[in-house]
Amino acid sequence: MPDLPADTPVDRLARATPPTLARKVRGLSDRTIAWIFVAPTILLLLAINIFPLIWTIRLSFTNFRANRPNEPVEWVGLRNYQRILTDPDIWQTMQATAHFLFWTLFFQVLIGFTLAWLINRKFRGNDLMTTLIVIPMMLSPAVVGNFWTFLYQPQIGLINYAVEFVTGIPASSFTMLGSVSLAPWAIVIVDTWMWTPFVMLICLAGLRSIPDYIYEAAEVDRASKWRQFWTMTIPMVLPFLMLAVLFRGIENFKMFDLVVLLTGGGPGDTTLLSSIELKREAFEKWRTGYSSAYAIILFVTVFGLASIYVKALNKVKER
Amino acid sequence: MKARYLAATAALALVAGTSAKAEDLTLCWAAWDPANALVELSKDFEAQSGHKMNFEFVPWPNFADRMLNELNSGGKLCDLMIGDSQWIGAGAESGHYVKLNDFFDANGISMDAFVPATVTGYSEWPKGTPNYWSLPAFGDVVGWTYRKDWFERPELQAEFKEKYGRDLVAPATFAELKDIAEFFQGRDIDGKTVYGASIYTERGSEGITMGVMDVLYSFGFKYENPDKPYDMAGFVNSPGAVAGLEFYKSLYDCCTPPGMSNAYMGEGIDAYKSGQVAMQMNFAFTWPGFEVDPNVGGGKTGYLVNPAGPDGERFAQLGGQGISVVSYSEKQDAALEYIKWFAQPEVQAKWWSMGGFSCLRAVVEDPGFAASQPYAQTFLDSMAIVKDFWAEPSYATLLADSQKRFHDYVVAGQGTAQEALDGLVQDWTVTFEDEGKL
Amino acid sequence: MSAYSITEPSKASKWVAGILVTLYMVITLLPLAWIISTGFKTGPDSISYPPKVIFSPSIEGYVNLFTDRTRATPEQLATMPPPDNFVDEIVQRRGEVVTGPSRFGERFLNSIIIGFGSTALSIVLGTLAAYAFSRFKVPLKDDLLFFILSTRMMPPIAVAIPIFLMYRQLGLSDTHLGMILLYTGVNISLAVWLLKGFIDEIPREYEEAALIDGYTRFQAFRKVVLPQAATGIASTAIFCLIFAWNEYAFAVLLTSGNAQTAPPFIPTIIGVGGQDWPAVAAGATLFLLPVMIFTILLRKHLLRGITFGAVRK
Repeated sequence: MPDLPADTPVDRLARATPPTLARKVRGLSDRTIAWIFVAPTILLLLAINIFPLIWTIRLSFTNFRANRPNEPVEWVGLRNYQRILTDPDIWQTMQATAHFLFWTLFFQVLIGFTLAWLINRKFRGNDLMTTLIVIPMMLSPAVVGNFWTFLYQPQIGLINYAVEFVTGIPASSFTMLGSVSLAPWAIVIVDTWMWTPFVMLICLAGLRSIPDYIYEAAEVDRASKWRQFWTMTIPMVLPFLMLAVLFRGIENFKMFDLVVLLTGGGPGDTTLLSSIELKREAFEKWRTGYSSAYAIILFVTVFGLASIYVKALNKVKER
Repeated sequence: MKARYLAATAALALVAGTSAKAEDLTLCWAAWDPANALVELSKDFEAQSGHKMNFEFVPWPNFADRMLNELNSGGKLCDLMIGDSQWIGAGAESGHYVKLNDFFDANGISMDAFVPATVTGYSEWPKGTPNYWSLPAFGDVVGWTYRKDWFERPELQAEFKEKYGRDLVAPATFAELKDIAEFFQGRDIDGKTVYGASIYTERGSEGITMGVMDVLYSFGFKYENPDKPYDMAGFVNSPGAVAGLEFYKSLYDCCTPPGMSNAYMGEGIDAYKSGQVAMQMNFAFTWPGFEVDPNVGGGKTGYLVNPAGPDGERFAQLGGQGISVVSYSEKQDAALEYIKWFAQPEVQAKWWSMGGFSCLRAVVEDPGFAASQPYAQTFLDSMAIVKDFWAEPSYATLLADSQKRFHDYVVAGQGTAQEALDGLVQDWTVTFEDEGKL
Repeated sequence: MSAYSITEPSKASKWVAGILVTLYMVITLLPLAWIISTGFKTGPDSISYPPKVIFSPSIEGYVNLFTDRTRATPEQLATMPPPDNFVDEIVQRRGEVVTGPSRFGERFLNSIIIGFGSTALSIVLGTLAAYAFSRFKVPLKDDLLFFILSTRMMPPIAVAIPIFLMYRQLGLSDTHLGMILLYTGVNISLAVWLLKGFIDEIPREYEEAALIDGYTRFQAFRKVVLPQAATGIASTAIFCLIFAWNEYAFAVLLTSGNAQTAPPFIPTIIGVGGQDWPAVAAGATLFLLPVMIFTILLRKHLLRGITFGAVRK
């Protein structure tokens, strides 16, 4: 091993440890080491995620209300689930969530991939620009949501004046957050602004992982650029793109802070995403049992969609 | 060296002797302007008592969630809570707050010394009974500000008179208010397009309910049958209430600036200060801020008691809070000491001078009070006509229902006013049934 | 890549790409520039109608961000000594007095402790787990991996009540440790998934050679795998930090006086009535700096690293 790092104090310390300990460590089977390595993660996940989840599942079968801790708790069986699945308002929030999810993913993939593809031309300064473009996703969603309400303000904000400057439509003639037809798009715009860089980075990773010799071979075969793009670039970037979609999809399915600070679910219920409705039920109406059931339904939905998706992802990877 | 050490111990012993036990008290309130003033005011308490005051201020949109969660889980974070007026039912019935009657009696604090509306609004539960769970701390009420400097322009006065046959003065009824709002809507003033009025439309917490209720009371809305509690049909959705809700929507449609679709206190302040609107609905706590503002301060702003409805009825939505001792606190004695200190007339007078709206009659009925600030008389008159939202333990659910119904109708334009209020009666009935009150 | 490679894009295409990306960059940075410039406006300028693009800069926003103030009566002001520093001068000009430092500094420090603490913990645990998943036969490996990912699917609000109650029982409520554990619990799924990709790419032959040379597994892991995975670790760290740094929903619910981070604090900055937009913007700007500097420092890794962490074997 000639290219191992030089002797460090830690190494000398390691050598100084009693041989018995070293032998013991050496004696550990790979299986044991595997468990030692995995166990802390699993334990933490059990404590922070699974235990509360089980608690939530338990609560979902009761009429417990967190604002009445002293009242007797009754088991209500599946009544909470039944009430949710037959409530038209819930289906409306599902629709709002689906709209948000679909269009944010659509725009982020489209713009993110295009950007990555352009940046991969490796023009001068592409490194610096990549770093600058990535900045929006480093901002806090709470701060972004709070500040974009200000930017969207027709009289004192930036956005409407920018639109007026470009298109000539008077700034005070439309309100992004206040109109039933525009508000669902207003939240899509902010999320796209913030998270396109994430998709872009992962696409860029994908593009850069394609070895040059593949293109060189294609050039030798005189395949057109267009053909190269569709038969080589896209299939090889696809697993990356799918991973980006998976992570963004999960995040946006549970989108809460950004939208709640932007619209509070309004106007009316037009941007009332599932998570916002969930928060209302849990922390405003204090129907803890009911909202727990709702949370479980949401979780099962994402879980189901994601497992189908991950299967597809694995298939694509194996190709 | 040694001598100094001794002196220090002696001093320590002395301090310990004077005050039974120096505690670290935490007071919880919303994060807003008056809270800063209270921090400053409380420095006197720290100096006098030896206790140290800590403050936990939560922003308005999260205030109720965060603090109710704290109370519901029996948290010990807050020793003193300046909780919203509507929490009093839950505070009393779930045992979050310490009942203060004995303490008041023992320390000669009389609720008669406070403005009656604030005692009912902030301290009593059940309402109308002498069971006190807080000391009125900060009086607040919805009123209106208007641009006096615009109202006084001769050319506008002349034009208004010609159009409406009366003088351009502060409106006394909602109908007049709408005329004036229409008059200003879209008008060019000093090269800028201005708008009629800003009103509450916020969806997320309580905004639109506060605004709609502020108008509906004067149109004949009542929460329930005065003779039969929780009987709401025909009261919540009475013809007067429907007309009031229709009025609110028409005001929203005709005379508010674009983009005021999710507006509460902060958005109203921004719209008013930036010179977008001629009139603004907002809580009185915002008024001191306008007086010192470079754009709208210095006499440019007039203050207005909530106008009257079509039949001359005149009410206003109550805001404000009382200060309570949290029953889970382990420092209740020190917390009560704070309340005792806070109730003193001198402290209350200083509180008012710092921008805190005192509820003590000795302060507000002082002959010099009305002249002390341009808005003082308006505040006083407004406090005489207040009504409040449900203060039931289930107020949060009742509020969530009204937020949805009102926003769907007024801002999103779904359905009719009648449908919205009929729906509200249904929602509220379900909630009270769940509660076992119906 | 060699300079005369036939796959090198043409000059013209580089130009077009450069212009298009620059255009996007300008548009996307415009709102950000607005936030930063608002931090240097006065209160009235910040809400001016129509908005002001050109304004005379002021540090009022930053002064407000770091101080607590209250309105003073004219009599009070008259009795006060003339201001001897720029802070008092700015504040008194508006008829206010400084009552003390604001809590922004503390909140910022909390964010640094919790953000970087949980990032470090996520990376340590994530690297170990990712290594095990990559190299060893772990029973039910695929299921476990999916289980780890699935923990990220839970809407935070859904587990908020149990976590709130559990933390109160354990005394973890409003503590730095509690928040570090919580954010690590949320981040670890991303960390394991990303890092496993990176470690999968490191040829096993290196370690095997080291083992033959008499290294233990631990030594091989530390001396061979870790240095090779450094880029992957760096880019994973960026993503973990971005989440932990900015998290809002749990921070609002679980932290208060002691361990509150900056995100719940910034939107609460209020001035004389209403939101103090310049101070909010100033806070947002300062809050962006550490994570931005961290990213710029690690930017080579971010770009190179994410190339390495392939999902493809």
